[in-house]
Amino acid sequence: MMKKILSYSWLVLVALFMYIPVLILAFYSFTDSTTIGAVRGFSLQNYVTLFTLEELRNMIAGTLLLAVGAALIASLLGTLGAIGAFYSRPFTRRMVETANRVPVVNADVVTAFSICILLIVVFGIEKNTFIPLVIGHVVLCTPFVYLAVIPRLKQMDSGLYEAALDLGATPFQALYKIVIPQIVPGIISGFLLSVTLSLDDYFISTYTKPATFDTISTYVVNATRGSQTEIKTALWALSTVIFLVVVLAVVTMNLASAGPAKKKEVSAYESREKD
Amino acid sequence: MKILRFSRKQLCIPYALFLICFVVLPLAVIVYYAFTDGSGRFTWDNLLGFFTNGNTIGTLCYSIAIAVAVTAVCLLIAYPAAYVLARSGLKKGPVLLMLFIMPMWINFTLRLTALKEILTILEGNLSLYPFLNTVIAMTYDFLPFMILPLYTTLLQLDESLIEAARDLGAGPAAVFFRITLPLSMPGIASGITMTFLPAMTNYVILDMIYNSTYIMGSLIGSYFNIYDWNNGSMISLILFAVICIVSLITDREEQNDAKNRGAVL
Repeated sequence: MMKKILSYSWLVLVALFMYIPVLILAFYSFTDSTTIGAVRGFSLQNYVTLFTLEELRNMIAGTLLLAVGAALIASLLGTLGAIGAFYSRPFTRRMVETANRVPVVNADVVTAFSICILLIVVFGIEKNTFIPLVIGHVVLCTPFVYLAVIPRLKQMDSGLYEAALDLGATPFQALYKIVIPQIVPGIISGFLLSVTLSLDDYFISTYTKPATFDTISTYVVNATRGSQTEIKTALWALSTVIFLVVVLAVVTMNLASAGPAKKKEVSAYESREKD
Repeated sequence: MKILRFSRKQLCIPYALFLICFVVLPLAVIVYYAFTDGSGRFTWDNLLGFFTNGNTIGTLCYSIAIAVAVTAVCLLIAYPAAYVLARSGLKKGPVLLMLFIMPMWINFTLRLTALKEILTILEGNLSLYPFLNTVIAMTYDFLPFMILPLYTTLLQLDESLIEAARDLGAGPAAVFFRITLPLSMPGIASGITMTFLPAMTNYVILDMIYNSTYIMGSLIGSYFNIYDWNNGSMISLILFAVICIVSLITDREEQNDAKNRGAVL
């Protein structure tokens, strides 16, 4: 019994460490105080600022658009790459897998710096074209799509594709009607992972973005250096909104799939950890 | 026309080209810049400069100290938590796990803003404890990435091995150190790769808590700001080498472990 209490209180402590800062910020985002600690009146001013200030709205929309766009490209590229590599000669597959591993294990700063050097310094592509930024985010995301799809291909019955061909399907039809539907869960978790990676990225964005464009991360980092309290407290509201969206998403996912899907979610992240 | 016929293997071509252009080529360019000077002549100066400059060596040592401390603290916090989540027969284990990995999906700069506010209240002046604050901030940020691999490894751990050890007379400590801990090495290894390298390089975390100390990543950032591509490339290359070494070691750890597990069974 003692052991049980001890181990549960450890969980509670760790959870408190992880959540107390975010929750305190959430509490103060609903007040009109500009520093933590000074309790003043209830106010929704921060939320009004967050959703009405042009600069903030553009920044949030831009971040989301970039994340979804990069994730879509990454999903297409990574899925095709995984199917292709999986059925290629072992040598080809090993080469692809090795190159695929580099952005996964490499430090984000190094990936960002090297892409920036290649595209901007060597090729002279303007940052204003958004090309370096999008390519950078696709480099960040695609390897994880690849890693999420490969296990699905392994699980698939390899005879199905051959059977489809024997029954007269063209290779393209067999792929589209047989292989793709089987690996959809992998593609979806790769896509979701890509979105979260892109949203969380700081280094790739800061090294490749146009000067006038900001993602949430680069904006927040700049704002902590500045002294505009209006922006600072509006970001508390943003933090709270994101926190609530994440909680809502997790709860819905758990309710919608009380059982097998939970495992899927974990295994998608596991593949991120492992490779 | 036979050559142009579609086959599954060809689907790999776009991604392979993409990897060559944007993963392999950037690395090649980094190597080129690291070993040339401003006018494109070959030189060892950048490499020698790194290893003869007291500041850069100091930064390297400091980042390693930070990385070791952060990894150790994360492991000490995460291991018991993951153990309880995975092995104490909690019915809600997977749901509770979500609680511990959810922070991964909240933008890390926003979470750090929150942490900074709390630390400011507790300490007053954040610049008084640069090392401690860096370790706290990084632990706060990386903890979910340590808990998850540990959880998945501990969940797969074969209960019968533990029972067997108990039956054969091992005490709780012996069971833990001779069975559970060695069998959780793959999780520990991937947890370490997920925290050690970011701890050496993620300098925004330091920036955000008003820390003026330098880690390896900050060097790249400062060379980037003054358009010194050559020295920046050299630092990137050195970091990439460190990354390769660390992942080789952890890989071997995982493989060794697979072998050991085979022996145990």
